[in-house]
Amino acid sequence: MDSTTIAAKASALSEAATALAGQAGTLSHEITNFANQTAMGGHPYFLTGLTVLVLAIFVGYHVVWSVTPALHSPLMAVTNAISSVIIVGALVAAGPRGMGLSKIEGFIAVLLASINIFGGFIVTERMLAMFRKKK
Amino acid sequence: MTPVSEILYLIAAVLFILSIKGLAHPKSARRGNILGAAGMMLAVLVTVFKPNVLSYSAIFTAMAIGGGIGAFIALKIKMTALPQLVAGFHSLVGLAAVFVAAAAFSSPTAYGIGIPGNIHVGSLIEMSLGTAIGAVTFTGSLVAFGKLQGLIGGKPLRFQGQHILNLVLGIFLVGLILWLCESSSPVAFWLINILALSLGILLILPIGGADMPVVVSMLNSYSGWAACGIGFTLENNLLVVTGALVGSSGAILSYIMCKGMNRSLLNVIFGGFGAEATADAADKDTGDRNVRTGSADDAAFLMQNASSVIIVPGYGMAVAQSQHALREMSDMLKNRGIKVRYAIHPVAGRMPGHMNVLLAEANVPYDDVLELDEINRDFSQTDVAFVIGANDITNPAAKTDTSSPIYGMPILEVENAKTVLFVKRSMAAGYAGVDNELFFRPNTMMLFGDAKKMVEDILKAMED
Repeated sequence: MDSTTIAAKASALSEAATALAGQAGTLSHEITNFANQTAMGGHPYFLTGLTVLVLAIFVGYHVVWSVTPALHSPLMAVTNAISSVIIVGALVAAGPRGMGLSKIEGFIAVLLASINIFGGFIVTERMLAMFRKKK
Repeated sequence: MTPVSEILYLIAAVLFILSIKGLAHPKSARRGNILGAAGMMLAVLVTVFKPNVLSYSAIFTAMAIGGGIGAFIALKIKMTALPQLVAGFHSLVGLAAVFVAAAAFSSPTAYGIGIPGNIHVGSLIEMSLGTAIGAVTFTGSLVAFGKLQGLIGGKPLRFQGQHILNLVLGIFLVGLILWLCESSSPVAFWLINILALSLGILLILPIGGADMPVVVSMLNSYSGWAACGIGFTLENNLLVVTGALVGSSGAILSYIMCKGMNRSLLNVIFGGFGAEATADAADKDTGDRNVRTGSADDAAFLMQNASSVIIVPGYGMAVAQSQHALREMSDMLKNRGIKVRYAIHPVAGRMPGHMNVLLAEANVPYDDVLELDEINRDFSQTDVAFVIGANDITNPAAKTDTSSPIYGMPILEVENAKTVLFVKRSMAAGYAGVDNELFFRPNTMMLFGDAKKMVEDILKAMED
């Protein structure tokens, strides 16, 4: 057995070891996830998200009631614009290199949300610019 | 998700809250809008600089095309077409939610919610809720758009067994979500979407044109909840907060609109008045009751000799595009020292605040435009109430006639004014299909004709 074969075998072995380590890592990650899921009865974000959701509904309730009825149309336009923040999910999908189904779906979602973002804020601005005080 | 990006997302969420808070007063409103746009920019930048976003060409192309289209539409749209524009925009948010959910479904590893074919059950539930609400919002808003734009008839479209069909579809939807959770099957995912898309159409088709303020608000709310559902899937607080803000905003607006009609949300969705009532009213003749009709000259004379005038605009004003002529008329009256104000009913027009925007567009100062609660008591000290393109919202039957379909609806009490001028095209009943007994009162004068033409004729008469 010459030195080159030994070296080749060694490197192959080391690659296999790395792969194995990677698999072990993924597995342990999966196990942690699974453990978290069983411990919480759902996945770990759910309770945090629920807390955030309930508190945000209260904030929304109070803030929206303070809006003057005269500005209810701009309110709709601006809430419509900010609900396009869904674009952050779309950007993650459109972000990776290469082509794939999720990339195409992400691309379309970014495009749709962008129409809304630009359209929504601009039309709100146009409306608000018209509301004038008595001269 | 790094702590830094989490904190920047939090700042974006606060900026969104401030942008809505700014709308508490017209003075602070524009600053609010800028804060909202800043929040959006921040959210986008934070996301773009995330380590798993590596390729920018697709993102920039999509944003450039979308942004261009959005800006073009927003700059070109006429203010009278605002309700359909908003409905159209809602549909886009809904569709975007569907596509984000689809992307998360086909590439769950990118979002850390599992591997293809084995996505966490919790994420699957959230994802299917997000995509289903998104799909309902999409088609529902398209139908609302069609009705507002006049592509589909404004009349409620009803058929036998409609509610049962919706119920069955709803149950099917729940079943499909369970199947998806159990199997992670793409077939289940797409069936959920198809079902939700048809549900959106079926839910909105039966609702009549004049109930559109409620529908548009409701869809506004849905688009928020869709974002919320996606936020749970992606474990993103910013999406959850924003979704909740938008969701509650739309819900409150729907509530205000329903209260303005004294109807429950269920009553609006599952059909109240409309089709049959109108048919009845058409048969009813006015009998031998006297209607006093007048000309533009009479109206000009009455108003010029008044000391105070309240203008009550309705959807008819928007249709006839008479807001500019109306403003000229009120300027002319003001120049003579006459007090002129506008009274806005919560459900006047086709979306919440519709009349206010149209009057603002015609340069009516916002201090002259008052809400129902603010102005209702003043009618009794007013010489002339000038009702233009409105009907049901002034009908006193809402206060007295318990059998009337509009009984209990708050109205603008124009009957208390010394003289009521009604600009109307004909004696036809309003949306609710009820006769307005005000037309037959001795202190009422009917001005028959197109709203814009009538106001212009009054203007001419005043100039002479």
